[in-house]
Amino acid sequence: MSDFNIHYVAKLARIELSPAEEEKLGTQLGHILGYIAKLKEVDVTGVEATAHAFPLVNVTRPDVAREPLSHEAALSNAPSRSGGLFVVPKIVE
Amino acid sequence: MSQLHRLTLAELTGRLGRRECSATEALQSSLDQIARVDGEVRAFMSLDAADARAQAEAADRDLAAGVTHVQKPLLGVPVALKDVLAHRGQPLNCSSKILGTYRSPYDATVVERLKAAGAVVFGRLNMDEFAMGSSTETSAFQRTLNPWDLTRIPGGSSGGCAASVASAMVPVSIGSDTGGSIRQPAALCGVVGVKPTYGRVSRYGLTAFASSLDQIGPFARTVRDAALVTGVVSGYDRRDSTSVPQPVPDYLSALEVAGGGSRPLAGIRLGLAKEYMIGGLDAEVDAAMKASVARFIELGAEVVEVSLPHSDYAAATYYIIAPAEASANLARFDGVRYGARVEGRDPAEMNSKTRGAGFGAEVKRRIILGTYVLSSGYYDAYYLRAQKVRTLIRRDFLQAFEKVDAILTPTTPSAAFRVGEKSEDPLQMYLSDVFTISCNLAGICGISVPCGFTAPKLGVPRLPLGLQLLGKPFGEETMFRIAHAYEQSTPWHREVSPMS
Repeated sequence: MSDFNIHYVAKLARIELSPAEEEKLGTQLGHILGYIAKLKEVDVTGVEATAHAFPLVNVTRPDVAREPLSHEAALSNAPSRSGGLFVVPKIVE
Repeated sequence: MSQLHRLTLAELTGRLGRRECSATEALQSSLDQIARVDGEVRAFMSLDAADARAQAEAADRDLAAGVTHVQKPLLGVPVALKDVLAHRGQPLNCSSKILGTYRSPYDATVVERLKAAGAVVFGRLNMDEFAMGSSTETSAFQRTLNPWDLTRIPGGSSGGCAASVASAMVPVSIGSDTGGSIRQPAALCGVVGVKPTYGRVSRYGLTAFASSLDQIGPFARTVRDAALVTGVVSGYDRRDSTSVPQPVPDYLSALEVAGGGSRPLAGIRLGLAKEYMIGGLDAEVDAAMKASVARFIELGAEVVEVSLPHSDYAAATYYIIAPAEASANLARFDGVRYGARVEGRDPAEMNSKTRGAGFGAEVKRRIILGTYVLSSGYYDAYYLRAQKVRTLIRRDFLQAFEKVDAILTPTTPSAAFRVGEKSEDPLQMYLSDVFTISCNLAGICGISVPCGFTAPKLGVPRLPLGLQLLGKPFGEETMFRIAHAYEQSTPWHREVSPMS
């Protein structure tokens, strides 16, 4: 897989890697991609894709209000919170 | 020291029902056993003994008030959980550093069901980080060892579940299986492990790895115990839109069918997949399989050859679909709403630093692989193609099930390997799942039962081996019946590990 750019894909996945990790993971993923390339041998002409083994359609439930997770419980594991909100670094100047 | 921890679930509920022991005594025996052996086995990451004692006391009050095991089938039974299931007020780490000091604000549906059935639910069992692995070595916290040989891995990803039952710390544990994560460690630790049909058990409160493959199931020391617990946790749940609204049969009465006569499996047809029989199989695994087939024939079953022509593509299909789904599911670990955070100048940098520091190597490998196969320009070549091959794999099984009631395979290509033996070679580790992953791709049910041991060799004790039975979609009753008849005709389930 010569076009597999570990640096670019890790960026898409939002995972910071050290140069040593990039090299090691890149080599290992190269082997794995080489292995999974064997799927190219299979004739899949006219075959439908399976997303789920037992697809259920139009799954609905009665429109009845229930007690939700409390505000406090939802925020209880936040790494940073203030005024009942999650705090993140500034997005716009 | 009390020996209550060594009882099977059925034996324990018998004693509790006759008031020969209390739930509090049963729990204490489990806690004593954990204190005695878990310093070496290291199955538990943590446990809340006070909370467990309160549940055991409540069970004792129920028993004193005349509540029976017909009403609450697990009344007073200690049950431990893989660290991937939400248990209100308890830690949940998925054996990853990224969850920090997370505590679950709610109970998973399976935990609710276990508690409603009277179980004493406690403990956080070690696993491969986010259930990605086959040896429990990718845990960020500790290394769990195989109770039959402490130089070997217990299997994975539910290694803590298998090791806890195999060393008699608990009669039952609950794990999850995405590509073999219940059946493979069950086989390597010499216990019973069940992966129910996709949609049979609600996944609400299970940290998602690969949503179209994940299923929750039990570990136990006998098929009967595993069947009972499967029944307790199964059933439709409106909080999981993939749970299937189909009634749950009484799995225990299905076992009774196998009760009488010397040929309890007369009329049953079992399939051996010819694609699984060619080369590469460990000689002792092969011998155990042949002995199992002979046993099934003695029990009255007919054994025929079936074909699963796309078997050779299952691992490649799995290692596209599972990482793809994982890359999407694990996007939620971004340092914003829960878990550990590494600060950055902007949200994107905070996300990247948090994930870079919080995820271990295997999780990073799979997220990056999954991101790649879903990325623009590669989606059709990898992900869509894998989903089409998945259709062919599923079709192979449904066609085979027109001829047979269940398919027999070894659960694993070899017995438990040594700590560190495969941890530096991810591809070799992936290929150790070759017999278990098709079951998840096809969405069918599977069970691993003990089927013998390797011969002891110089410096290596005997190691357990597992037999896998794959059943039709929602065919758990027949699968349990066949597995139970086999088990009852063999001595293997009565063997206990040196740590018991």
